[in-house]
Amino acid sequence: MKTTAEPGWLRWLLIAAALGFLGINLALPLAQVFAGALAKGIAVYRAAVVEPDAVAAMRLTLTVAAIAVPLNIVFGLAASWAITKFDFPGKAMLISLIDLPLSVSPVVSGLIYVLLFGLQGWAGPWLREHDIRIVFAVPGIVLATVFVTFPFVARELIPLMLEQGRSDEEAARSLGATGWQTFRRVTLPNIRWGLLYGVLLCNARAMGEFGAVSVVSGHIRGLTNTLPLHIEILYNEYNYVAAFAVASLLAGLALVTLVAKSVLEWRFGDAIAGGGH
Amino acid sequence: MIVLLPLSAIFIKTAGLGWREFVAVALSRRALAAYRLSFGAAALAAAINAVFGLLVAWVLVRYDFAGKRVVSALVDLPFALPTAVAGIALTALYAPNGWIGSLLPFKVAFEPVGVVVALTFIGLPFVVRTVEPVLADLGADVEEAAASLGAGRWTTFRRVVLPAVLPALVTGFALAFARGVGEYGSVIFIAGNLPFRSEIAPLLIVQQLEQYNYRGATAIAATMLTASFAILVAINLLQAWDRRKMAAL
Repeated sequence: MKTTAEPGWLRWLLIAAALGFLGINLALPLAQVFAGALAKGIAVYRAAVVEPDAVAAMRLTLTVAAIAVPLNIVFGLAASWAITKFDFPGKAMLISLIDLPLSVSPVVSGLIYVLLFGLQGWAGPWLREHDIRIVFAVPGIVLATVFVTFPFVARELIPLMLEQGRSDEEAARSLGATGWQTFRRVTLPNIRWGLLYGVLLCNARAMGEFGAVSVVSGHIRGLTNTLPLHIEILYNEYNYVAAFAVASLLAGLALVTLVAKSVLEWRFGDAIAGGGH
Repeated sequence: MIVLLPLSAIFIKTAGLGWREFVAVALSRRALAAYRLSFGAAALAAAINAVFGLLVAWVLVRYDFAGKRVVSALVDLPFALPTAVAGIALTALYAPNGWIGSLLPFKVAFEPVGVVVALTFIGLPFVVRTVEPVLADLGADVEEAAASLGAGRWTTFRRVVLPAVLPALVTGFALAFARGVGEYGSVIFIAGNLPFRSEIAPLLIVQQLEQYNYRGATAIAATMLTASFAILVAINLLQAWDRRKMAAL
């Protein structure tokens, strides 16, 4: 019915307004990163990226993600499995808790670990006696990253698993499958694309986390500096081209994440329905 | 365990602080100015995003145009782009000699309005991704019914579409707002961080930490956490309201 369509001029006006807003708000900052990185040519760009502190930061960022992402896959799977396949008191409370790291300031997330494991913190004296460093060292960065990226996998899986219901699992159980078999052969194949989607978002955040990591890292160059922290240092030293060069690596990662996410949505739209926000 | 145990540490630590010391730090004039900026800028940015987020969601759901898939992917950029990268990019754009800053007659970077710019960037996907599914589910039949009863396009939008998406829109606003209040990475570069003027609350926590004043940092964090928790409860109530309303449709 034509009466529910806007006139052509209005449609184009709305599209132009939306694209204009997105262009200024999203596309321009992205373009700025790459323009800033290449402002002094490709040689300067390359020098900034292969410089030892940048490489060390890159290595640390990859290490942290390599620990935090698998941990959160396990936690996310366990949490969404428990929430969607079983009933227990306090379930609604647990769902709210999973989202908590998303609405808590990253700075506060980092502060928590300083309070727990810092020298003046609860576990501080004991840790010092045993010569274990958590805050201002790599373990603290990993812990803070795990905390901040915890919701991403569970948030993708819970709506998906709720929608799929429990009938497949119940059928498997009635045919004599054990709990682990049911999980591996029935649940996991059902949720694999949704899981991959959650992992992508989790990984992007793990590599890019700034606030929480900044508080616990201690900013020791070449030792406890992740890529985002390295960007901050370069920027504050007015070394803009190097800052943007390192930033362009992370922006590239973001673009890869977005492309992979779109491809997943496009190919397996039904299998990850229910997620997306 | 990962979530609850560490969070309780903040409140226990604050409780050991004593009321006077708490007031002296968490409710100092400088802290109050920081809260006002953090909450005010987050509310303004979330309001801007509610308007443009609804527009973007509408265009993505209702219209076909070249490059739509690319545009749809771009909406998620603030989720995927590290906040520090967004921060330096926005600062360079809006600096007086930047691509946008040089065109504007007033200063944006290193002013409170810069905070709003950064939080608008961060918050957009929350609104779009919350409104989009509701808009897509809204059948053409109710709009056709309205049109057949003689309603114009604007009346149909105002009386039929808007009430249906309003709960989702409010939820998206609340999510963007909550994120904006605590946002750190993208803001500190563009804000200029002048006390009483363009200093956000999370930065205040970091500064207390850098002076090894853990008690002060904790007091400010507890104040912010209480606010965040209130917002979270409000979001959950809104979502319950949203579900009831959709079930009634």
